[in-house]
Amino acid sequence: MTAETMPTKLVGQAIKRREDPQLITGQGSFLDDIKLPGMTHACVLRSPYAHAKIKSIDTSKAKAHPGVVAVFTGEDMLDLNPLPCAWQAGRVKNNVNTPRVLAVGEVHFVGDPVALVIAEDRYIARDACDLIEVEYEPLPVVVDAKKATEPGAPQLHENAPNNIVMEWEAGDKAKADAAIAAAEVVVREQIINQRLIPTPMETRGSIARYEPATGEFTLWTTSQAPHVMRLVLTAFVFGIPETKLRVISPNVGGGFGQKIFCYNDMAFTMWAARKIGRPVKFVEDRSENYKYSTHGRDHITDVELAGNRDGTITGLRVTTYANLGAYLSTIAPGIPTTLYGRIITGAYRIPAAYVKVYGVYTNTAMVDAYRGAGRPEASYLIERMVDRFAAEIGMDPAEVRRKNFIPPDAFPYDNGLGLLPYDSGNYEAALNKALEIVGYAEFRKQQEEARKQGKYLGIGISSYVEICGVAPSKWIGLPGEGWGAGLWESANVRVHLTGKVVVTTGSLPHGQGVETTFAQIVADELGVPYDDVVIEHSDTAGTPFGYGTYGSRSLAVGGMAVYRSVAKIKEKAKKIAAHMLEANPDDMVYENGRVYVKGSPDRFKTLAEIALQASVAYDLPEGMEPFLDETTYYDPPNCTFPFGTHIAIVEVDPDTGIVDLKRYVAVDDCGNVINPMIVDGQIHGGIAQGIAQALYERAVYDENGQLVTGTLMDYAVPAAHMLPPFETARTVTPSPVNPLGVKGAGEAGTIASAQAVMNAVIDALSPFGVKHMQMPATPENVWKAIRAAQAAS
Amino acid sequence: MATITVTVNGKSYTSDVEPRMLLVHYLREHLNLTGTHIGCDTSQCGACVVLVDGVSVKSCTMLAVQADGANVLTIEGLAQNGQLHPLQEGFWECHGLQCGYCTPGMIMAAYDLLQQNPNPTDEEVRHGLEGNLCRCTGYHNIVRAVQYAAAKMRGEAVPA
Repeated sequence: MTAETMPTKLVGQAIKRREDPQLITGQGSFLDDIKLPGMTHACVLRSPYAHAKIKSIDTSKAKAHPGVVAVFTGEDMLDLNPLPCAWQAGRVKNNVNTPRVLAVGEVHFVGDPVALVIAEDRYIARDACDLIEVEYEPLPVVVDAKKATEPGAPQLHENAPNNIVMEWEAGDKAKADAAIAAAEVVVREQIINQRLIPTPMETRGSIARYEPATGEFTLWTTSQAPHVMRLVLTAFVFGIPETKLRVISPNVGGGFGQKIFCYNDMAFTMWAARKIGRPVKFVEDRSENYKYSTHGRDHITDVELAGNRDGTITGLRVTTYANLGAYLSTIAPGIPTTLYGRIITGAYRIPAAYVKVYGVYTNTAMVDAYRGAGRPEASYLIERMVDRFAAEIGMDPAEVRRKNFIPPDAFPYDNGLGLLPYDSGNYEAALNKALEIVGYAEFRKQQEEARKQGKYLGIGISSYVEICGVAPSKWIGLPGEGWGAGLWESANVRVHLTGKVVVTTGSLPHGQGVETTFAQIVADELGVPYDDVVIEHSDTAGTPFGYGTYGSRSLAVGGMAVYRSVAKIKEKAKKIAAHMLEANPDDMVYENGRVYVKGSPDRFKTLAEIALQASVAYDLPEGMEPFLDETTYYDPPNCTFPFGTHIAIVEVDPDTGIVDLKRYVAVDDCGNVINPMIVDGQIHGGIAQGIAQALYERAVYDENGQLVTGTLMDYAVPAAHMLPPFETARTVTPSPVNPLGVKGAGEAGTIASAQAVMNAVIDALSPFGVKHMQMPATPENVWKAIRAAQAAS
Repeated sequence: MATITVTVNGKSYTSDVEPRMLLVHYLREHLNLTGTHIGCDTSQCGACVVLVDGVSVKSCTMLAVQADGANVLTIEGLAQNGQLHPLQEGFWECHGLQCGYCTPGMIMAAYDLLQQNPNPTDEEVRHGLEGNLCRCTGYHNIVRAVQYAAAKMRGEAVPA
């Protein structure tokens, strides 16, 4: 590069993704694409009962089956510790029960692993699983979180009376009680946020290899957090030095939270690989993914919202039963507490609020973070109740929102629920923009006209605020919010002798385009060609320790670590250039990939020249280390708080109950935007998952604990014809938390969308007297809601 | 074991396979063509779609022995002489993929769709792809990607 060919700024541009060429040509390397010499295949026998004692297991026929290498049960793996729970609810007692790698003595949900077959191929492994004979003694079952806490309910674990994991609260109960007692209007509902199954299109799996000569394991696994898995598996499950395990995430086919956690297959492939002396591969079937891998949401909430007839909201009181499943998954208790209870008042200034949360064990699959993780539940609750309140007092729901929004001059804003202050926001601007795009006033007229003709249109507004890049460690960590580690992120930046830039990061993409966006930032900041920057990730060998990708943290935390490392590189480059130009280091200016002497832009050295000087190292400033190589561990001072308004328009056919989602408008504010194409894509995908919750998806257990929605035939992940096109727009309110001004966009779409659709459905049904209905708004549920409201009136 | 001869991406293979082996496992395990993915066990997701004698097929729902004598096209065979197929180009240009797991099946299903209907409406694209699930994109940009390819294959200017 010469001084004449200045690079164009890449940040803010819709750069096509560098991740794509391999993925569109079938050259990706996903977990199941990996083959190792001598590799064996694992299949898990799972409990068909939701709760039972294991009386006996006979593996003799399976062991004798041709092609079977080994069969193991939980008794064989007693040298392994149960999987740890790394985020217990902060400042309260947690009655912790975590899963063993294979069940021992008792099973607690359908899909609980009972035995493991290792065979020459996956067909044989499956055949042999069918030859294992297990005798069970069925025990009573409970699947409903509220019922599980009632007297006489079946008990799952001895150390958790009434199946309670923890009781947690936030806010001021006395103030909330007083506000509700004194209010002109109180609206009350029981609101259910139904259980969902994350459903990344690639299921989960692991491949483990063991080297007897060194005692080292290599684990390839479908993980959003390989460094954390390495730590958890070695220090907690195996009790071996962390250095004896290398973890690699290959291409990961979507995560949505489900792939954050430590799962038993990571441990049993490692354990078995060491035992049999051959690599072991395990890949879930979809039905196994549905039975065993984590689910999301599943809250039963009683809520009261108090206010005055002028539209002012004065109080909020919430009691939530959060179903956490049969055992605690890796970060389960943190989701309905820190990430839900602390943001229960949403985008509104509510002077008196209180939330009580019960975490509950039931005979169901474990529940943990699923896209949005706590914030969708919180946002759904408050946005549904604001509409409910608006309907009660006969005020326009947009007007009620305006009246109660936290105003722009109130930031940083403390919501009184134990969260760090909201960083920045202009909620009314986003609402106004969304109303303008949708043509709100005009729509209300059309709606009125349509009703006269027996057509039921509805509009639903959702004004959300959420939490991204959760940090700093001193707030989220053990003494505070209970997170059992830090939540900083790492990046190393090196400029090699040839001027090429290598970035290694603890963040890793599984669809988010982090390679592209990080390269955009580095190319701009260093002033080097985009193609000269490579982003390496996903392998604990060769990347600095990092916490991984979840919670919309990659850019606001991981990207900032990259940014800081680049800044350090620039500082060192200035010193070397000063030495080369025999100038004062304090007089050097770094601009567009070159360093010049202030006031003399033609006296310069390019970064490539400086990198060469730093590498050959025979003439550097006295005492300076060779090479341009800088690492940052970035711990942000606060979370970031993206916000926006989404609006849905529906038409409901009251005879069939069918909901036609006619328009979907999203105005999001995620601070500054690095790549608008990628941000739009993240918002699209998030919206799809929220609409899916509103209209289609629910995980259903019957009273015996059988997962009725156990396959993609029964669980309604929407296809293309079930979703509308999305109209997206943005406002930009930079975050003051980080110099990039970014907030995060990975989960916002999901956090915003379910209530926009449900508010629209209920608005459409208001002429029938429907005030609330539970998700999903399937034709059957809508039809029943209309009949129930008519019967009640 | 059964002996089958299958032409895949223009190359002929003769293999001994178990009669119960699924076509998708044959492609992935025997031929190491791992671009074709598996996302479910009930024929819903479409990650495994390939073309068999020119028609899109969920290769998890067909036995390898049923493909004896057939001509199979997988995602690996779509680009010609290093030139991306307009669908591949469209998915890249329009951000029609995120994690990329559903993408090969989605592209192969769209290939069949555009053969049958070279000038589809957005609605027809959505219905044409109803056998393929994507969890990342919400389909918005997949529809755009297919329309990009359709325009290009018709020799028209690609939509903005």
